Amino acid sequence: MRNISRREFVKITGSTFALASVPGFMRGFLTNSEKETANMIYFERFGMDEEIIRKILMEALDRGGDYADLFFQHKLSNSIRLEDNIVNSASTNIMLGVGIRVLNGNQTGYSYTEDLSLESMIGAARTAANISRGGKTAPPQEFRTRELPNYYTTEIPWEEVGIDRRVNILKSVNEEVFSLDSRIIKANVYFSDDENYILIATSEGKISTDYQPMFRISASCTAEQGDRRETNWFNYSARDDIHFLTPERLAHLPREAVRRTVALFEAKPSPAGELPVVLKAGSSGILLHEAIGHGMEADFNRIGTSIYAEKLNKKVAADFISIVDSGTNPNVRGSINVDDEGIPGQETYLVEKGVLRSYMHDRISAKHYGVKLTGNGRRQSFKHFPMPRMRNTYMLNGPHTFEEVIASVKYGILADQFTNGQVNIGPGDFTFYVKSGALIENGKITAPIKDVNIIGNGPEVLERVIMVANDMEMAKGGWTCGKNGQSVPVSMGIPSVLVSSVTVGGRM
Amino acid sequence: MEIMKKNNSELEKLELAYWAQKYAKQLGADDSAIAINKRRSISVKYRDGKVDKLKESSQNSLRVEIYSGGKYSSHFTNDLRKSSLEKFLENAIGITRYLEEDPYKALPDPALYRGRPKIDLQLFDNYYYGLDIEDRIEKARQLYELIRDRDPRIISITADFRDSHYESTHLKSNGFEGKNEGSSFNLGAEVSLRGREDRKPNGWRYYRTRHIEDLPAANVIAKKALKRAQDAVGRRKVESATVPMIVENITAPGLLWRLFRAMSGYALQQKQSYLEGQLNTQIASKRLTMIDNPTIVRGLGSRYYDGDGIAAKSIPVIEEGVLKNYYIDVYYGRKLKMNPTTGGASNIVFKLGKRNGMEIEKDLDRAILVTGFIGGNANSTTGDFSLGIVGWLIENGERTVPLNEMNISGNFTDLLNNLVEVGNDPFELSSMRTPTLLFDGVEFSGL
Repeated sequence: MRNISRREFVKITGSTFALASVPGFMRGFLTNSEKETANMIYFERFGMDEEIIRKILMEALDRGGDYADLFFQHKLSNSIRLEDNIVNSASTNIMLGVGIRVLNGNQTGYSYTEDLSLESMIGAARTAANISRGGKTAPPQEFRTRELPNYYTTEIPWEEVGIDRRVNILKSVNEEVFSLDSRIIKANVYFSDDENYILIATSEGKISTDYQPMFRISASCTAEQGDRRETNWFNYSARDDIHFLTPERLAHLPREAVRRTVALFEAKPSPAGELPVVLKAGSSGILLHEAIGHGMEADFNRIGTSIYAEKLNKKVAADFISIVDSGTNPNVRGSINVDDEGIPGQETYLVEKGVLRSYMHDRISAKHYGVKLTGNGRRQSFKHFPMPRMRNTYMLNGPHTFEEVIASVKYGILADQFTNGQVNIGPGDFTFYVKSGALIENGKITAPIKDVNIIGNGPEVLERVIMVANDMEMAKGGWTCGKNGQSVPVSMGIPSVLVSSVTVGGRM
Repeated sequence: MEIMKKNNSELEKLELAYWAQKYAKQLGADDSAIAINKRRSISVKYRDGKVDKLKESSQNSLRVEIYSGGKYSSHFTNDLRKSSLEKFLENAIGITRYLEEDPYKALPDPALYRGRPKIDLQLFDNYYYGLDIEDRIEKARQLYELIRDRDPRIISITADFRDSHYESTHLKSNGFEGKNEGSSFNLGAEVSLRGREDRKPNGWRYYRTRHIEDLPAANVIAKKALKRAQDAVGRRKVESATVPMIVENITAPGLLWRLFRAMSGYALQQKQSYLEGQLNTQIASKRLTMIDNPTIVRGLGSRYYDGDGIAAKSIPVIEEGVLKNYYIDVYYGRKLKMNPTTGGASNIVFKLGKRNGMEIEKDLDRAILVTGFIGGNANSTTGDFSLGIVGWLIENGERTVPLNEMNISGNFTDLLNNLVEVGNDPFELSSMRTPTLLFDGVEFSGL
């Protein structure tokens, strides 16, 4: 059990990760039985108590805002990199501060400070309070701590994983990459982890705390064959601890990076124009993120600028299609025990049996629509105000099999690996970039293809999903979603699906 | 009063940097590079007749790079309390010991620090101190009002005003000391309209300058933002075709910045550049000349020195289609056994042609005008790209069909060689000051 009175650990923020391996402690931060203890740890980490929090909230509401919240954050990030066979750089990042938000109707006042002295926090609260021009609103008399489930149980905090252990992991992945194929001429291996401690206190008298671990490991390589070169990569990311990196996964990482890279030598440019596209189970979930996810974030709908603004409770897809955005998938990258407004992580059906069921809400939009909060209020850090954001967005299994889906296509493409996507929410135009895939001819997968952008209209493409297989998979890699200058970790998933027609940006 | 405050804070930062340098040395670091940054910004979003969001930010940070026994690491913190910083530096040195030696990781040759531009680049606008919150709200409100009711199809207008002020101090233990101060002012708006079916075509224009007086007038921004949204109404795709592509000046950076990755020391050394071995060879049409110029007064990419501390100087990048320089930083320069140029682009200036975008457009029988890129990517190893676009079909010199849901695909080698005309109309409120560009034979996919 962790020694909770370790003041040095709490007050001094200088350390990020252990220098050499020490035995891991069992972690009991967020179990219900230790709730009170957990709160103490967080209060101590930020040097806060209920009285100070009340004082800041009082200042924030001094000009009559409807609501105020404080978002305390202490985030420790590490990364370590291997290049040209040498583990040649490491970096650490410490971020500490509090963001203070005041709402007046749907207006937001926001300010933050990195200096957790009472004086500085009061100053920030005054700035945020400026959004409102009325009389005082009373702060809460007492606070209640939210009981939260834990969707990312971990045993060993990243700060207790020695740097020597990470160095060894990088070196063994690198050696494996070069041993797998003689065409490999360069390899890079990168490992990063975060530990994010947050405490949210609201003017409704609720306090929530969370410990959010995250890691990512990636291997990329360049191979040479004759006068051609290709680069590709593979990565894992999860809200998990070092136990995630089993021998099987550590063997799969270099294998998959090499396989994906050398496969590109066989690949041809994709054909161009409107074609049937099969999206293979897994990271093809990027389709949902771009084609429907962003358009279902309630901020754009609240102000009427999303293409989905008039579609609630209307049929948008075939009966066998259900799409969920959830914060509750165990140890998945986009999972959250609590959102950044203090609302518990939960599962939200966006589309149920083809019908649009719910937008994703933050506090402002939920109030506007008079609906329950969905736990989608997320932010990049204490320097940012929350907005409706996705968590893990995925489609549930459908009635077909992968083989049936492929067999149904006379001429089209299969998309397998993706790098990025984008959407313009108003008109619904969206794109995603296919790093690798294959041609489908007469119901059979034939030549591999690569480097092609796919572009379409969100609601139209959703209507054109005519087959859904029963092989749902979540993406394994580390996806990050950017919106209005804020990045948050997300994940996505999908079973293999057939889109009857969409524009493929290949060569003529 | 404000000036006094400024000088004090500058002094404090320098003192802190020297303290950190000394403490790192005491802990066993051979060398260090320290950066202390301070930034303050205020942003106002105005929507629906009122302030929608008002945000004030103020941040301080310290970054230290440790060079110790041929080993290297970098560390960043925003907790600048002395007690935390001591522990932070101890941790930094400790971590470095566990890494492996890399003979190329060392501070730059101090000779590279010499010869910083002597001119005043005017990166900071003193007007910054004269703005209060009400002034800022008024700027956003005024822009909002200039668009309101100008089109019956308007659903939403969001006008933004944002400014920021940064100061940074850099110190390297082999004799580099530098400081920077700058400001930026941003004004712009996004407009959403009701379109066909459920579509909400939108358009926006945002401008950023270092001095507030250089911002375009609010009525000009209002007109342009609204016009962008109006142009988006009724967009559709047309048949796939290989036709000339005209890229408007303000949009062209969205295409050309992808080329810069292939010119970087990292890409070259890691064998991820299709431009490897192409120095002093023809990689583009003779019409393309690009110069990296870090010393343009008030330029958005202007600077006195780069990330390595290399004194800023003008560098020819492409001269009449011939690749003259890569972007080589100190580390990859050593690995490649090449002289460092600079690790990153500053302002990119083009040799201009004779006509502006409208004049070029009028002469085209059938072409596609690109006014925006959406998504897509480029492969720096092979030079292949595939990008989503919006724009116009041009027929007999007229804009006939507004376009979306189309892609362009190709290879940068072919594309750059097919550059047939460069405009005389550079967009100067960008660090990449692109004029209108006309390319022949570009593959568009649509229907």
